[in-house]
Amino acid sequence: MKRILTVRINDTVHEDVVPDNLLLVDYLRDFNGLTGTKTGCDGGECGACTVLIDGTARPSCITLAVSCDGSKIETIEGQARDGRLSALQRAFHEKLGTQCGFCTPGMIMAAEGLLRRSGKPTDEQIRTALAGNLCRCTGYVKIIESVRAAAEAIR
Amino acid sequence: MSAPTHTGAAGRPVPLIDGIEKVTGKAVYTADLERGDALTGRVLRSPVSHGEIISIDVTKALALEGVRAVVTGEDCAQTYGVIPIAMNEYPLARGKVRYRGEPIAAVAAVDARTAKQALDLIDINIRELPAYYTASDARAADAVALHDDKPGNVERKVHHAFGDVAAGFATADLVSSSRFDCAEVNHAQMEPHAALADFDAERGRLTLQSVSQVPYYVHLMLARCLDMDTSSIRVIKPFVGGGFGSRTETLNFELIAALLARQAGGKVMVRLTREETFVTHRGRPDTQVDLKLGLRKDGRIVAVACEVVQRGGAYAGYGLVTILYAGALLHGLYDIPAVKYDGYRVYANLPPCGAMRGHGTVDVRHAFECLLDRMARELGLDPFEVRRANLLTAPCHTPNGLMVNSYGLAQCLQRVETASGWHERKGKLPPGHGLGMACSHYVSGAAKPVHWTGEPHAVVNLKLDFDGGVTVLTGASDIGQGSTTMVAVAAAEVLQVDLGRIRVVANDSAITPKDNGSYSSRVTFMVGNATIEAAGRLREMLIDAAARKLDADPSDIECTLETFSVRGSRQSILSFAEVAQAALAVDGTITVKGTFTCPPDAQGGKHRGGAVGSTMGFSYAAQVVEVSVDRETGSIAVEKVWAALDCGFAINPLAVEGQIEGSVWMGMGQALCEETHYAEGLPVHANLLDYRMPTIVESPDIEVHIVESNDPLGPFGAKEAGEGALSGFPPALACAVADATGLNIDTLPLTPDRIVEASVQQQRAARRGKTAR
Repeated sequence: MKRILTVRINDTVHEDVVPDNLLLVDYLRDFNGLTGTKTGCDGGECGACTVLIDGTARPSCITLAVSCDGSKIETIEGQARDGRLSALQRAFHEKLGTQCGFCTPGMIMAAEGLLRRSGKPTDEQIRTALAGNLCRCTGYVKIIESVRAAAEAIR
Repeated sequence: MSAPTHTGAAGRPVPLIDGIEKVTGKAVYTADLERGDALTGRVLRSPVSHGEIISIDVTKALALEGVRAVVTGEDCAQTYGVIPIAMNEYPLARGKVRYRGEPIAAVAAVDARTAKQALDLIDINIRELPAYYTASDARAADAVALHDDKPGNVERKVHHAFGDVAAGFATADLVSSSRFDCAEVNHAQMEPHAALADFDAERGRLTLQSVSQVPYYVHLMLARCLDMDTSSIRVIKPFVGGGFGSRTETLNFELIAALLARQAGGKVMVRLTREETFVTHRGRPDTQVDLKLGLRKDGRIVAVACEVVQRGGAYAGYGLVTILYAGALLHGLYDIPAVKYDGYRVYANLPPCGAMRGHGTVDVRHAFECLLDRMARELGLDPFEVRRANLLTAPCHTPNGLMVNSYGLAQCLQRVETASGWHERKGKLPPGHGLGMACSHYVSGAAKPVHWTGEPHAVVNLKLDFDGGVTVLTGASDIGQGSTTMVAVAAAEVLQVDLGRIRVVANDSAITPKDNGSYSSRVTFMVGNATIEAAGRLREMLIDAAARKLDADPSDIECTLETFSVRGSRQSILSFAEVAQAALAVDGTITVKGTFTCPPDAQGGKHRGGAVGSTMGFSYAAQVVEVSVDRETGSIAVEKVWAALDCGFAINPLAVEGQIEGSVWMGMGQALCEETHYAEGLPVHANLLDYRMPTIVESPDIEVHIVESNDPLGPFGAKEAGEGALSGFPPALACAVADATGLNIDTLPLTPDRIVEASVQQQRAARRGKTAR
């Protein structure tokens, strides 16, 4: 079955006819060309597909697109404003919180969800918020530094 | 070759020049390339571990609406592989299947659903053969050979002896031996495998974009397996989401995508699932190390005897190099007069192993450092002093012919000893807490590559044009380690220009020069030196142009920070743009080339297999690990790591830190929890939950110390930084666990069940001891 899906993605409203079984990650990538959101696993294992749904970080690879009807979706592509990096993007870039970059969009979106809840997170809160986001390059040291630095910059 | 002063870009921490693409989601990886205009490729895989293919019938699949191509082993009669003398794998099985999950057939269809339906319509008939899942079963006297040319299922035996081993053991005050079992591990790079093949049927040309670390090998294997001229093939590497060795070899899905595209006469995207990515494997083999060390009371290591058995999986792949590395790198870290090595690479009915970060050395180093630590304890020696008693003196060649020109291990030891408060804290930590240390090293590239053609090891082109921009063209593959940034920094340093003036174009065989790719940490040393040479040539041309314009002798021209002037004169300073214009006026667009070639004395000993392990320079590392162990649950918490690495010179200290942290952490995964697991050949850990790797929650703070020994031949003195620290972690952890609990555990990983089991045994032994008294 198909149905009409209306969602706001990064401040633009989209209306599409989508199959019931379409995953949000595939909707973002294949319907909207938003390939910044990555598929790194076979479902809910790695966090590379993390986006914000109504401000909360969620894995888009185990979320049905139709379940987001009426929601506000934010992806990595919507983070920079007027071509300038967000605080988290800048910190991940400057502090080398990214190496190969594949986990980075999901990592930044999960961290964005955290910083909106908690402006001054402790290291423990950072670790908890990013527990579902795997990175194979950094050993996480510089990811924690990046989130910390972004929180500082926002304050 | 090396520039003594670093006034520009080199030596300063620099964010990755392609980092903005990564943090904005603009970086395009292979799976992102498809824009709805490609067919979907899917692979049918063997349901059995070992068998003879009786028949494969694809008639029904081909007849299905929407199917554009179906290929099987019939479509490619050529083997492929990374080692020219050991290519024994077909892109799609022919005659036999040798592991569960081996590709048998593939389909290209208009969409994924149709492709899947078509796979279900392929009839396969396989006569099962006995299958072997351990090296010892595969080596049993009555075992069926996986490959006819290798009876006994031993792919390669290595027997090397250097120095008088028997005499060495005779002078030892303590001789100990132990067997260490290290589990097979997988790279689990975050990006699943993918390839996009585009075949132009009219022109007979193929373009392949893939996740490769070595696009040059892929290019060679495409030509071989598709029987095409190399000039009709173009290989492009987009952004790559990690490699760690998994993508050094050409992989079956790359060839399958190309075979499908040719048959379909179009474009085919093959995206593997995470499970298929695991099955494609090429990870570090399950390894058994039997090690015997001879130690004198003064801490000198007098003799080593080591036997290694690696379960290599179903095909040769990198196998013979891995088994040679395991022996070769017993040398080069310490000054050891006598070393005997016996290595056995064994076939088994499991996915093929290959190169993984710290290729060949990790499990042997684990055994070596663990046993040395136990023997030091037995002789009442401090582990740091034992290492200091066995330091090499650079420059030297090791008994097996490895060249050592720079050696910062003593400084590494001193740095982590001080930083960790070793002497103040060791033995005084609360119960359940412990400290351990270990050393390690790794090559900065193979001095003799496996595809030896006599060409330079690296070539870099540089272009300066009317816009004043400098473009570096390189085939070096950035897979996240930052090689593109390294190349830009090296060029900017030599040219004394702003980093923003440099652009790097990489990895398109139609545009960029051939490169041997990103493996064995070769890029900084080799491509770095080639970049320096190319930039040096351009700089000479610019200085000549400036000299003409200033009516001065070129030797009097000073070039610093985008300006050219006559030495000692404050007048007539020319900008880079003015000088570039003057240089271009002579002959138009300037293109220059730089190359790098490893000299013969770097290329290893003359014995068979002597090229493996040979390198321009070794990185050296020492690390201290602090743990706390919960004996009830068996869980180990890594509290802190102090890691020092001698990378010669840190061209980009930020990237060097990132590499050290990442390699230490990857060693931690192997030490604590990572382990593939097969049930009757079926991979049951083929996902990122069951293949357990440390999350951010259990990952410790890693304090990095960079040691700079200034290698005389390295680019600005640099050596590798991305692998050397890995192999020190597992033994440092095991030693810390021994310090915390008294448990000497000879198996990796140190999972909770193994800790609890060892703990129970220890308690039983203690009770028996009491009863006996």
